[in-house]
Amino acid sequence: MSASPEQIEAERPFLLRYARAQLQDQAAAEDAVQEALLAALEGRARFAGQASVRTWLISILRFKLVDTIRRQQREVATDLSEDTDLSDLDGLFDGQGAWQQAVRAWGVPEEGLLAKQFWQVYQHCAQAMPKRTAMVFAMREVMDMDIADICQNLSITATNCSVMLYRARMSLRECLELRWFQQEGA
Amino acid sequence: MGMSCKQASRLISDGMDRPLGRGEQVRLSFHLLLCRNCRHFRQQMQQLRSGIRRARNE
Repeated sequence: MSASPEQIEAERPFLLRYARAQLQDQAAAEDAVQEALLAALEGRARFAGQASVRTWLISILRFKLVDTIRRQQREVATDLSEDTDLSDLDGLFDGQGAWQQAVRAWGVPEEGLLAKQFWQVYQHCAQAMPKRTAMVFAMREVMDMDIADICQNLSITATNCSVMLYRARMSLRECLELRWFQQEGA
Repeated sequence: MGMSCKQASRLISDGMDRPLGRGEQVRLSFHLLLCRNCRHFRQQMQQLRSGIRRARNE
């Protein structure tokens, strides 16, 4: 069993959304998707048919994305210093380290129905983060890479990585609370 | 003295990426038992993760 060119092409919009979430750069995302689709077309005889076409394409795209991220990293690598300073989050806590503001329970958005909207809000919130932070978070949460993989790909330490993930989560939490869960009236 | 919310939130985040040590787990569980804010925070982190998973697979 092999994947047909039509089947492969049909996944382009999905792959673009997926790539956009990692790269925050429309042109780079389109390039990565294009490369992945070409590679898939060339290698479509190798599609084993065990996974869905989409899953197979994602696995190809992930390699292209990691390549792109590495390249971007080299280009923007002005600041390779260790990022372990979390003082920017101090405002969230009082002198004793307790939350300044009560943390509310979020309502549960309806399954599926809101997934697309959630994605838009997430992308918006991710764009507000420093580029490197957003990149590490996307590698972890969108691409499901483990810490060791991320560290290796970006040449950063595990501590640096966990600091960036923590910062990303704190920042996304605030942004989502404002833009998503508030409107849910939860 | 137990840990602060600041420390707990960091551990909750770390725990999503690596298994916590036994000591960390015990201290965190103790804090969570007493702190509703951090319980909500943990829940929010799980919702963030599952929201992304659901959305990206659509």
